[in-house]
Order: sequence, then C-alpha cells, then structure tokens
Amino acid sequence: MNLRVRLAALLIPLAALSAFGQPGSQLRFCIRTDPKTLNPLMVIDDAGQTVRYLTGGVLLRLNRKTQQLEPALATAWKVSSNGRTITFTLRANVYFSDGTPFSAGDVAYTMERLMDPALHSPVGDSFRAGADKVRAQMLGKNKIAITFPAAIVGLDKLFDQVAILSATSPRKEMAALGPYYLSENKPGAYILLRRNPNYWKHDAAGRALPYIESIRLDIQQNREIEMLRLMRGEIQFINSLDADNYDVVKARAPEMAVDAGVGLDSEQIWFNQVASAPIAAYEKAWFTSTRFRQAISESINRADLARIVYRGHAQPAASWISPANKVWFDRHLPPYRYDPNGALALLEQEGFRLKNGRLRDRAGHVVEFSVMTNAGNRSRERMAAMIQQDLARIGVKLNVVTLDFPSLIERITRTFNYEACLLGFVNDDLDPDAQMTVWLSSAENHQWNPSQKTPATAWEAEIDRLMRLQASTLDVRKRKQAVDRVQEIVREQEPFIYLVNKEALAAVSPQVRNADPVALQPQVYWNIDTLWMGSGGGKR
Amino acid sequence: MKKTRAAAIVFLMLMGCACLLAGYLAPASYAEQFREIPNASCSRQHWLGTDDLGRDRLSRVLYGTRVSLLLAPAAALLTTLLAGVIGGAAGFLGGWLEEAVKAAIDLVLSMPWLFLLITVRALLPLNVPPLTSVTITFALLGCLGWAGAARVVDADAKALAHSEMALLARASGSGGMRLLWRHILPNLKPVLQAQFWVSIPVFILAEANLSLLGLGVAEPLPSWGSLLRELENYSALTAQPVQWIPLALLVLTVGSFQLALNREEDWA
Amino acid sequence: MRGMAGHALRIVLVVVLGGFAGAALARYAPGWGVDDEDLNSSLSAASHAALHASDANGSNPAAFYVDYWGRLLRGDLGTSVALHEPVSQLLKERVPETCKSVGAGLALAWTMGLGLALLSLLPVARFAAWGAWLLASLVLCLPAAVLALLCVYAHASGRLAIGLIVFPRVYQFTRNLLARSAALPHVLTARAKGAGECRILLRHVLPVAAPQILALGGVSVCMALAACVPVEALCDLPGIGQLAWRAALSRDLTLLVNLTMIMTVVTLAANSGMDLLGGLIGEGRG
Repeated sequence: MNLRVRLAALLIPLAALSAFGQPGSQLRFCIRTDPKTLNPLMVIDDAGQTVRYLTGGVLLRLNRKTQQLEPALATAWKVSSNGRTITFTLRANVYFSDGTPFSAGDVAYTMERLMDPALHSPVGDSFRAGADKVRAQMLGKNKIAITFPAAIVGLDKLFDQVAILSATSPRKEMAALGPYYLSENKPGAYILLRRNPNYWKHDAAGRALPYIESIRLDIQQNREIEMLRLMRGEIQFINSLDADNYDVVKARAPEMAVDAGVGLDSEQIWFNQVASAPIAAYEKAWFTSTRFRQAISESINRADLARIVYRGHAQPAASWISPANKVWFDRHLPPYRYDPNGALALLEQEGFRLKNGRLRDRAGHVVEFSVMTNAGNRSRERMAAMIQQDLARIGVKLNVVTLDFPSLIERITRTFNYEACLLGFVNDDLDPDAQMTVWLSSAENHQWNPSQKTPATAWEAEIDRLMRLQASTLDVRKRKQAVDRVQEIVREQEPFIYLVNKEALAAVSPQVRNADPVALQPQVYWNIDTLWMGSGGGKR
Repeated sequence: MKKTRAAAIVFLMLMGCACLLAGYLAPASYAEQFREIPNASCSRQHWLGTDDLGRDRLSRVLYGTRVSLLLAPAAALLTTLLAGVIGGAAGFLGGWLEEAVKAAIDLVLSMPWLFLLITVRALLPLNVPPLTSVTITFALLGCLGWAGAARVVDADAKALAHSEMALLARASGSGGMRLLWRHILPNLKPVLQAQFWVSIPVFILAEANLSLLGLGVAEPLPSWGSLLRELENYSALTAQPVQWIPLALLVLTVGSFQLALNREEDWA
Repeated sequence: MRGMAGHALRIVLVVVLGGFAGAALARYAPGWGVDDEDLNSSLSAASHAALHASDANGSNPAAFYVDYWGRLLRGDLGTSVALHEPVSQLLKERVPETCKSVGAGLALAWTMGLGLALLSLLPVARFAAWGAWLLASLVLCLPAAVLALLCVYAHASGRLAIGLIVFPRVYQFTRNLLARSAALPHVLTARAKGAGECRILLRHVLPVAAPQILALGGVSVCMALAACVPVEALCDLPGIGQLAWRAALSRDLTLLVNLTMIMTVVTLAANSGMDLLGGLIGEGRG
C-alpha cells in the first residue's frame, strides 16, 4: 500500500467522522417517474429498484465494483452441490427500521411471499425452476436453508435483489432493513428517505452507517432540467448521463464528470422474421437471409456511431454480452467489420444487384425498408439517420420512423407489422441466464421471431440447446463454453445486429464524498452507506 | 410605416426565392453527413456550421423553409376557413344551430386528439414518403384546430348580426346571404387574421411534436419544426448561437407576413 | 325555465359524449393494452399475463363506459391501471397544483395580453405596440419545451411558461378586436368631440369588444389547461397535466376518461360562464 492510499484510508473515515453527527445532511438526486409500487417484492421499474436498493436489506450484496458477492444480512452462505439448496447463516442482533427484530422467520416469510404464484413477483420469476414449492427450513434462530424444486444457476447472486420483509412488523413492507426507510412520498413530486437508525452496518471506526441523514428523490422526467438543477447545485448527481450532457458537464465542471467505462447495455437493430408478419413475402425472404443480415451489418460504420452519436463515449459492439461483463464476454470474438464493398459482395452472392445506385433483389424489387425506433430518444434517432446514410452507400433505401413506445411495443410484440426495429436492451444482470427469455426460440422476448413452437432454423435450435445446457449445469467452465458458443452463433447469424455499447457516464458533485461510480447499476450510489456530504468543493 | 412594410415584403420575397431555389442555393444536400466535422461552427464551407450529424445547417434551413412555409400557412388557412364558416354561421343564424355548434366546440376542445393522430399513423404504411406523411399531418392539424377560434368568431358574428350596422343593412333590404357576405364576414376579418397568424407558428411547432409520433417530417427531410427541436436541450441553450437561426427566421417570417398583409391603420 | 333545462341537457350530453369519445379514441389507438414491461426479459409468461389481467376491462369501450358510469354514480371514479391508485386520490393530490398553475398562468397572460393590447391602441405608445408585437411573435414561435426550459433556467416557475404560452393568443385576438372597435364610427365621433383616449377606451371601445373578449376568456381557460400538459410534464409539476400525459403514454383508460370529462366540464363551465357574462353585458348595453 503506498503512502497516498494509506493516507486516504486514514482520512476518509476521519472526514466521515467529522461529517457524522451533522444532522440535516441530505443527498438529492432525480428519478424519472414515480415507482410503480413500493412493495420490494413487486418492483419492476427503475424508480422502484432505486427505492428498493436504498431501503431494502438483502442477505447478500453484489459489490458493483468487484462484481463479487459480499455478506450482508447473511454472514455466510453455502450452495449445495446439486444447486437446489442454499443455506444462510444470519447476522444476529439486527432490527428493522421500526425496531422489530430480524430473524430466520422473516427470511422464510419473504421467500413464501416471493414465490406465491398469485403474487407474480418479478423478482420471484428469477427463482422459478419447477412446479413444486420452495421450502424454507429454519435450522435455528439464525440459520435457514432454502430448497428449490430444481437447480438454479447463479442462485446466490439472485439474492442481491431480494429485500427481506418483516413477518411480524405492523408496518409490513415499509419496515426496512436497508440503510434508509421511506419517510414521505408525494406522488409526482418527491420521495423522502431517512436514515435507518437500526441499520446493521458500521464503519471501520465502529460508527453506525449510513452517514447521510436523508435522501430526497425528486421525480424529474426531463433530463435537460435535471442537468440545470445539477449545475445549480440543487441535486448532487446524475446517473446514466447522455453523451451530450456529459460533454457539457466536462466543459463547465470537469471535476463532476465521471466516465465509469463501458456499461452492460446494448443497442441493436433487428429484422422482423415472423412468418405470419403482414409484410411482403420478398421482404421476409431478405430478412431471413443470413447473408442479407450480414451485409447490412457490414455496411454500418459502428466506429462513426460511437464517435458522432455518443461523442466517443461508446464502443463498437462485438457481442450480445458487453465487454464490461468480465466473466461472460467472449474475448475471442473478432470486432465487427465495416466493409461496404464486402457487404455488396455478400449481397451479390444472394442474387442482389446494384443498378443506378439502387439495390434490387433477384426478382427486381428495390431494396427499401423502414426501421422504427422509440420517439424522443435522440441517440437512437441519430443512429438511425447515420445508418440511413451508410445503407444508401450500398443502394438500400432506409426510411426512419419514430413511434411512441406503446405503439412500437404493440408492433413488435403483437401485430408484427414492421420491417426492422432499432432499440436498446437494458441489462443489469451479469449472468447470461437472465437472458434465457431472449434467446430461447419459444420465448416471448425472442424479438426477431418470438414464441416459436419449434425452432425455425437449425441455428436457433442450437442456441436453444446451448442455453438450456448452461442453465442446467453448475459447472462454470461448461456454462462458459456454451455461452461463448451462443455468442459465436449470434455473431455469425446476426439475428440482432449489435451496434454499440455505451459507456456508463455520470456527473457527481464534489460535495458527495467517497463516491466511486461504476458501470453497473446503480452506478453512483452503489456504496450509498459509505457516501457522505462535504461542504462545497474538494475531491470526491 | 411604408418603409417597414416594404422591408417586410422584400424579406418575404427573399424567403420565397430562397425556398424555391433551395436546390441551387444550398451548398450541400440537406442529408449529406460531413462526419469529420459534426457540430462545426460557422466557416466558409458551412456558413451556419453543421448539426450534430455533420449536416450543413444552411442547407437544412433552406430546405426546411420550403416544407414549413408551404404547408403551415395552408393548414392555418384551412383552420381559419373552418373557424370562419362554422363560427360565423352559428353566430349569424343563432338558434339551435348555434347551440349545436357550441356543443361541438366544447367537445372538440376537450378531446384527447393525440390518440386520433396515433391511430392515423397506424393506418399509414411505415414506408409512406416523408412529404405525404407531413402533408397529412398538416391537413389533420388544419382540420382539428378550428374550435377555439370558432367560439370567438361565433361571439363576434352574433354581436355583428345584432349591431346597428346590421339593422341598417336589413332596413335597406339586405338580408340573408347578402348581409352575411357583404357586412358580417368582412367585419370578422380581424379575428380571422389573428387566428391565421397565431396558427402558423403553432402548426410548425405541432408538426415537430408530431414527428415524435411518426407523423411529422421523417429523417432526413428537414422542417423548421424539426430544426427548432434542436433547441430543446441544455447544450443548445448554452452552445452555438446559430442554433437559434430557425427561430429567428420563423419570428421574422410570421412578423413580415403580418406587416405585409395588414392594413396600415391596423397598427395605429 | 325551458331554456335552462335545455342548457343543462346540453351540458350533460356533451360530458357523456366527451367521456365516451375519449374512451373510444384511447381504446382504438395503437398501443392500448401493452406495457413497457412486455419487453422485460426477466418476467415469466405468467407474470406477463398477470400484467394484462386488467386489459379485459376496457376491450369493449361501450361496456367499459356503461360500467364506468355505474360506478361513477356510486361515487367511485375507478383505479388507475398505470399508477395503481384510486383516481379520486390522484385527483385530490393533483387538482390544486393545476388550479394554481392555470390561475397564475391566466392571470399573467391576461394582464400582459390585454394590457399590451390596450397600450398598443394609444397613439403615444407606438413603440410599446411594436415591443408587444415582437414579444408575442417571439413567444408564439418558441416550442413549449424551450419555454419551460428557459423558465427553469431563469429560476422561474413553470406557471410562467403557461402564462407565456397563452399570452400571445390573448394579445393577438384582443388587439385585433380592440383595433376594429376603435375604428367604429361612434368612436371616431367621440374622438372628434375631443374625448380623452382613456375615456374612449373605457366607454366606447371596451364595451363593444367585451362579448368577444369574454368568449376568448372561456377559450383561454381551455388553452391554459392544454398548456398544462407539456409544461407540467416537462417541469415536473405534479398536476393533472402531468397525469394526463402519463395516462396517454400508458393508455390508462380509466384515468383518461376521467380527465377527458374533467376537461369537458371545465371547458363547458368556462365557456358557459363567459357566454352568460357576455349576454348580461350585451343586455346592459342594449
């Protein structure tokens, strides 16, 4: 440990101590909408996840920086060799925010509620592995074993999302084990969280955490106004900043700008390959042709997309798994090529011909199709305009259509009345098993051709096999091999044409001390319990 | 006053020429992306700089002027005519017709028309040419915007129908259509003019908002509305002042139209 | 008495029709019955199905509307599907905010609009007329989002944006109405007789234009309410404008029908009130 690190290690707790005991310290930041629900088991949206992260006590917490699990309410845990049972040793002398004691009974109660089929808990869906019931067996006051009907891969990591409820508290879901509890909720305006006086965690000096007295989450849909408020010091940070505003922050207050490196989210374009889609048969023939998709992919200049649309704060994508996912990304995949001539050669092999600047298929149909994207997303609109020009170079006419989100979802999930779609997938789970419903051909979220009775192509059948294989074995090496092979197939077949991986950008006021933003959500406040508020400027 | 009016007419003629000759005057295609110089400031090659995709801003303003300057006044005229006919007839004839028209106005003013526009988009193919889509948009705006003005016109027509001037006209043998045509409608002109001028920028901006629903001008065709959307971000408010040029042109054009067509005494 | 009954019948008819038309428009627009979470890959098929359990309620808008009125007559406004809260509770929380916004916006718009329109009639205030015209034209050409952003930038409330959106319309209409009234023969006669400008304005010009200005007053309430939708959504003011925007985006039928009916009632109340006032002034003058 060098001198600077030692000094920092000494100074941070000291400074924190000085901050501690300053009642009224408040952290303010914005969330886009009101949470759809405050029940931690039913959380489905970003705002709800924020409140759950700040108030929910979990047995195990994924350290967003190291991407490793750490003990939280459970001091130790063990997954059985068959992957069906997990045993937790619980922390003693822990109390909910309202003073109710925490015990193994609360964990059993939470699991029972979570797996209640009538509740339809989105968190519970990750644990569903068979028809039988989940059994929670209390092995003492502070020990509990939970057994699932079938093996679940990455079982322990799933508990990062499970906020433990009190079985006995009269405040029900509002009794919190996390660093904060919900104090006030003014719908449409703000949510106020106050420091949980019974939070179990202490710093190295034995002081109770968290340091910050209260957190005010302002409901603010407009990102430009959020920027103004940050610049005026009314809020202390912005998560997931877009590239334009990041550059504004960087120019005006460089000490606030944080680039946490490439994130997990992806941006992609795909063609409609649904057999029953109400589009022309010759278009379906284009879209189901591997060479056609490869040619379109090769004619897109991803480097330009990253440089212009994201102002250099993105990387050309290489796979459906982001390079930020240290374990699962296949580093042997070659980068996508930008080669319009190669694209034309591929198209010629498929019978397409370039005549007078327009590409025509074997039957003489001019290659023209539309790509739709969600309205109001400037980055996607710009990407679509750039792809439009890229494709014009190979004689393809692309029409860009922006639609409001419900109309767009209806087209891609119900009517299938579209040709191509440009969207991004938000990914906050490192384990590829979370994307089973995207890759299985029978799944509803297999966007290019969902809910297939039998796989339409041999490569989709192979992806089905490999994804089921990785979901059924606990051998990490075998899982990795299967997932790598899926990445190769997807790369070759291009059902999704991946475009870029955005960098995780944020702006954090120097007032927020000990901030260490990372690429994984929740980015800036992942270490909320050790953040503290300084007065005015200084280093984070 | 005459000088100002002459200046306004000259400005409008220049704008008209610029939009008609956009193909000759524009230094580049409105769609061409100079990817090495996105967000460039003014230079000899790009007088108004480039936008965020490196497209020449002057070319986009010129072509955008053509779209907006042709279609927005047309839609404004449609809505003003509808307001004049419906409101004027209701106020002049009165009775059950006026009651029915008032009920229709109240209904139209309180309807969530957004859904009609979304439905119209759904009925159109996604590959509809941008010009067709934008023409439909302006036509829809023209058809839906009459209600507010019709209420004022109705009140005005009613007052005129009972005015001394109308009584005098009736006494001298003018009745029915002649009274409406010769005496009432000319006196409704100021209200209808106000409606017309107010509608032009409103429709230009509404078109930009409707492009969010897939009903406006699609990429890469520019319009003043789509150029004005550039102002809706924080960096635009603080960065290049040339981004305000479409707004300045819109204000000047609407103002010049008012100056050029209004009679001098209107400004007394 | 018969007239009053007819008027009441018209109001009820318009409200009922308005609610139904709103429900039908929302129901048959694309995107009804879909949810953002339809793309959520972490949900099971059963959870996706559960998300759409309430869709059956609105699949037939006529049946939905009959059911809605049945509940409404018992005092139940229904529950918002998107926000999972009773509509009555949502309205209770948000109506005061919108009332303040609309009230402040209208006060500003009318003070500025009518004030500047009157000022522009005075021969001594030619420059003021030019300034007012320029301001009205400028504000009219600014997108609502930019106006809202500028208000935030200037530490001003979003209510100012509502006022600024309504102001140019009020100014343009009233200025033209007043200019025409000022050119009427009796005004010219009064001026020839040496009456002061203020006296002419108050005694001869304003009374003539009053019914139309009052009609504009009714319409301006609708304008301000309509302006609340983008301004509250952008400035994050927790009013019914913001609620309407969310209801539209999530195709929340119950909420939309309630909001449409509120809009209709407010429109009718404002317009009828102004008509009544205009009628009284007309009778007074007659």
